[in-house]
Amino acid sequence: MAVVETRGLTKVFKQGELGAVNNVNLLTQEGEFLVFLGPSGSGKTTLLRMIAGLETPTAGEILIGGQDVTHLSPRERRIAMVFQSYALYPHLSVYNNIAFPLKAQNVPKEQHKQKVEWAAGLLGIGKLLHRKPRELSGGERQRVALARAIVREPTVFLLDEPLSNLDAKLRASAREELEEFHDRIKTTTIYVTHDQVEAMALGDRVVVLHQGVVRQIGTPREVYDEPADTFVATFLGSPPMNLLEADGVIVGFRPERFLPAETKLAAQGGSRFPLRFHVQHSEYLGAERILYGILEGTRFRDKPVCARVSSNVLEIYAPKTTYDFAVPEPELKFFDAQTGKRIPPRPFSWQ
Amino acid sequence: MTSSPAVAQRPHGHRSTPESRAWWLGQAMFFPAMIYVLAVIGLPFALAVIYAFSDIKVGSVGYHFVGFENFSSILRSATFLRALYDSFVFTIGSQVLVLVGSTILALALEKKFRGRGVVRFLMLLPWVAPVSIGAIGWKWILDSLYSVINWVLIRIPFLHLDRFNPPQWLGEPALAMASVILVHTWRLLPFSTVILLAGLGAIPKDIPEAAEIDGAGFWRKMFQITIPMLRPILNVALLFGIVFTFTDMTVVYILTRGGPYDTTQVVPSLAFFTGVLGGDLSEGAAISLFMVPILVVVAFLMLRQAHRSEVT
Repeated sequence: MAVVETRGLTKVFKQGELGAVNNVNLLTQEGEFLVFLGPSGSGKTTLLRMIAGLETPTAGEILIGGQDVTHLSPRERRIAMVFQSYALYPHLSVYNNIAFPLKAQNVPKEQHKQKVEWAAGLLGIGKLLHRKPRELSGGERQRVALARAIVREPTVFLLDEPLSNLDAKLRASAREELEEFHDRIKTTTIYVTHDQVEAMALGDRVVVLHQGVVRQIGTPREVYDEPADTFVATFLGSPPMNLLEADGVIVGFRPERFLPAETKLAAQGGSRFPLRFHVQHSEYLGAERILYGILEGTRFRDKPVCARVSSNVLEIYAPKTTYDFAVPEPELKFFDAQTGKRIPPRPFSWQ
Repeated sequence: MTSSPAVAQRPHGHRSTPESRAWWLGQAMFFPAMIYVLAVIGLPFALAVIYAFSDIKVGSVGYHFVGFENFSSILRSATFLRALYDSFVFTIGSQVLVLVGSTILALALEKKFRGRGVVRFLMLLPWVAPVSIGAIGWKWILDSLYSVINWVLIRIPFLHLDRFNPPQWLGEPALAMASVILVHTWRLLPFSTVILLAGLGAIPKDIPEAAEIDGAGFWRKMFQITIPMLRPILNVALLFGIVFTFTDMTVVYILTRGGPYDTTQVVPSLAFFTGVLGGDLSEGAAISLFMVPILVVVAFLMLRQAHRSEVT
């Protein structure tokens, strides 16, 4: 096991253009599950590929287990990676796919069988060993890719959107398995995804990336509840945080905190600010409803906001009707309107 | 190919319904291809079969059926057996070289480097240039008096080559066969390379990357991942190459005319010399028919390969 560190890591694909990854400084902890989260084009995969050694950094250093590996080839870094496409070797059986890293790293031959069976057993694919990849389902392929990655007990584990090729139902169970799997092997893992649910569920810490820049590093709770800037605030959460701008300050609140005025909130102290909410349309999602509308009155008249109302609330919200809603004052997050950066709470006038 | 217009059922009913018009159009479009196949391949083939069982010569009148006499006389002829042997040496020799060479070339040309486009274009030239021009160029390179190869070899001091008796590239049996094989390889290399380049392009980039991360070095990646994944397309290139080589006589004809002493004579050139230049049509036809079973096997393998790569 080892920690991964990047220092000022930068990748510029075309000279003169903005870098795909810009000056990224990261340090994982021992055995940590670190998630790179960002929209497409945010540089998260490029960052991972640089750590893997598949991409040469334009500037900066990469250290694995304290050793500078910036100029080492992938094979010398002793890492394992699961690709988005799984990249199984189509002409080899599952057994030989899993055994390939052992052969390539000159593990004594008599250990192969036992190690392959151990990895296959861990992922429950012991019965598929003589099949070819094309005879496997998506979920089975993903497990073979994982088994191939763990078989030689790597120091670091890199995963590039390994769940994105699975259908929604399978993805949820695969996510859970992945969590259990990491708890068992406890190898430092870096996981790339654009799916915030995956990131929050799996990550010990989440690195939020945007345009090749790290916007925030923190536990899922920190990045969700204490976003460092407006990008993080709106990228995480669905629907995103409501943002209202006035006097050089942006104030934000989560849709699930924007609630009917009569709702009893258990843990929230402090005062609540009443707002008139004109509902325009709503989405029924079973466990909750999403209400889209505009504010009435106050200085934020006609500003679009949305609310996320749990199914415990029985009231029917009809479109084109105005209701009394409220926001708890402690739930308000403040951002600088110029930089988008988070600033400490300050007196704020709604009128 | 299950519903080519020729096999399609002719629609019943009145004449100018849209379907019947489409049917006629289909027939019309298919017609030139049929004519072409029948006139250029079917007819000569049928004639060859008819001739092979007769004693017909250029200028002879009437048709005398002689059964298998031509075939049995051919099989007793040392010249034919030598040509058959040479054909195999020629085909196998050049195909081994083509496969190895084009694999190396394709792997090299797949990498990005400065001037790759120019190199790819130059590499195609032997295939694009008319075979006669290419082969005549080689005839000069390998000539008994003016060979540039010898010209260079003689001037290399430590070789101590007898300047008045340099290697006769086209005059000594083993050297002549080697020369013919080499020139044919030079011709076929581009075609095979282009096929393999397409095959390489079809390998997803992350598979060799995964192999690299799994710890494979250059050779392991090459021989355990890239080349095995290229196998189906290599088979296609090989089968095409066999057909192009086994039936080809241009290089032999231009460089050696089968000589010296028939040591580079291949089956197609022997058939040509016997049947067309020698005027013995029946024997020439019988000789050329000997190629059919071999080509049928190759064609069968080609179709099977094509079918298999469609399925997977």
